[in-house]
Amino acid sequence: MSSEPILQVRNLHKAFGGLQALKDVSFDVHQGEIFGIIGPNGSGKTTLINCITGFIRMDSGKVSFRGKDISRQPPHKIAAMGVTRTFQIMRPYYTLPAYKNLIVPLFSSRARKAGGWRGGGRLGARDTVSIDILEEIGFERDSLVPYKLASTLPTGYLKRLEIARCLALRPEIILCDEVFSGLSMSEIASIIPLIERLQMDGITLIMIEHRLRELFRVTKRVMVLNFGEKLLEGIPEEVMADDEVKKAYLGSEEV
Amino acid sequence: MIEERRKERLDRGIKVRSEGIYAISSWEEMAYLLLPRLFLISGMLALPLVMPGLYWQRVISIVGIYSLLALGFDFLANFVGLVSLGGAFFIGTGGYIAAILNTSFGLPPVVTIPVATIVGAGTCTLLLYPCLPLRGVYFAIVTLMYPLVFARIIEALNILGGTDGIVGVASFPNRWIEQYCILITVIISLFGLRRLVNEDIGLVFRGVKDNDQAVKASALSINLYKSITVFIASALGCLGGAYLVHIYMWSGISQFALDFSIIPIAATVIGGGGTLVGPILGCFILVPISELLRAFGTLRIVFYSLILVAFIVFRSEGIVVYAQRRYHQFERWVRV
Repeated sequence: MSSEPILQVRNLHKAFGGLQALKDVSFDVHQGEIFGIIGPNGSGKTTLINCITGFIRMDSGKVSFRGKDISRQPPHKIAAMGVTRTFQIMRPYYTLPAYKNLIVPLFSSRARKAGGWRGGGRLGARDTVSIDILEEIGFERDSLVPYKLASTLPTGYLKRLEIARCLALRPEIILCDEVFSGLSMSEIASIIPLIERLQMDGITLIMIEHRLRELFRVTKRVMVLNFGEKLLEGIPEEVMADDEVKKAYLGSEEV
Repeated sequence: MIEERRKERLDRGIKVRSEGIYAISSWEEMAYLLLPRLFLISGMLALPLVMPGLYWQRVISIVGIYSLLALGFDFLANFVGLVSLGGAFFIGTGGYIAAILNTSFGLPPVVTIPVATIVGAGTCTLLLYPCLPLRGVYFAIVTLMYPLVFARIIEALNILGGTDGIVGVASFPNRWIEQYCILITVIISLFGLRRLVNEDIGLVFRGVKDNDQAVKASALSINLYKSITVFIASALGCLGGAYLVHIYMWSGISQFALDFSIIPIAATVIGGGGTLVGPILGCFILVPISELLRAFGTLRIVFYSLILVAFIVFRSEGIVVYAQRRYHQFERWVRV
């Protein structure tokens, strides 16, 4: 990984009033890797994603995507570059069927330029492309699941729908905010191969997780946040062995 | 012991069947889909013929103008999540543009109305653009402020005819053209908007209302799509305003009157919000009632309020929502 990092975060600061949510956070993410971000509750992980994707304005610092400064861009422009995100609290359009949920991202000019799913070429009817993407992410094509109202779908499918929204934009990076939380072991077991396949497709993933054991199955490199500060960065084994990390985070939790 | 029962609602079989394209397989199902629409269209087209006298025919045109406003209000409020009190703003803008084009440049209504619609909608959208990030009651307040400001500016600076207004605006060639043009416009706008909200772009509009964060994460600009919808709604209002000016042959600051902002909301409440057809029906009920109540002189507003309150208390869902439910579903009591 000697090439230029795809995402570069430098000296990111963010305070909410007197609360310093992020303090001088810097890290690099390289093309095609799965980068994990862990830390105890309230350590600023979600705020970090919000800052990178433009949903919250950072106080100072710089975020570069492929060398281009994206720190002051609005969220829709950042998403249009291919830096996409999922939400920890899922945000589907509950009143619409699952496949209609993807019409909105497919309406964007980025999706229009990309054309049809995998087959390339012209973007046909958005409904068809939407079903193709849903199949990719684990909605059984021949079942009724893609046609069910989002409000009737179980959490596992809603989490997939979050990723599907990113996929509709042909992402370069997906920032996943706790994809595993609230899922059963078997549901996680079925999502992990999916994530590995996204990586094989060349998509870079940044994953915030509390479920460390599951996260460490897919990632080679993690960063630990504590009280908004970067504690350390390294391979999972190193991180787990570190005394400070244990004190901050793992002391209370058995892993 | 009292037996506990609850009401159960089930979709009629014919509704379930006629939802797909298979509806065309039997004339009953086609009729099930078409009859309500045909009833509405033919009813509206027949109205000018059955109205007694010139006065009530004029009321039909006014109802049509309010219908356009109410349609725009329902579209913005229930499909985009923008509560707009801008009816008076749209009417005034469209009205003054049409009046100026007609009196100063001598253009006929067939030119002034479309131009006032487009230019007026552009003006309104441009002026409302900075307020688009506002939500709920804040957006409502700003839209309410504009007509007040414009009326006071015209009055204070004595421009655009000042308090006298612009007189001598051309009228329509005859009353049939006057009434049928507005009724057909209402029908086209209604069915056009109903189609639009179910198209792909309509899903984006509804996404802006329900879940704007997800729309942002989908690489779409909230402000762009909000301004498209404001353009559509203000175009409907400006068209109404231009029409009004040509009916009254006069444009004045009373076109910025709050009636144009308030009656569409009342009509939406009565007719049923989120149905698009409901607010139109509401206008066809409310505006004539308001005319009938003129007989009570100053007590008019009291009766008017009583009728509104009765509707809100007894049929708060709105007439069309209620009627649709009765049409599509049957109810029965079942034991709990």
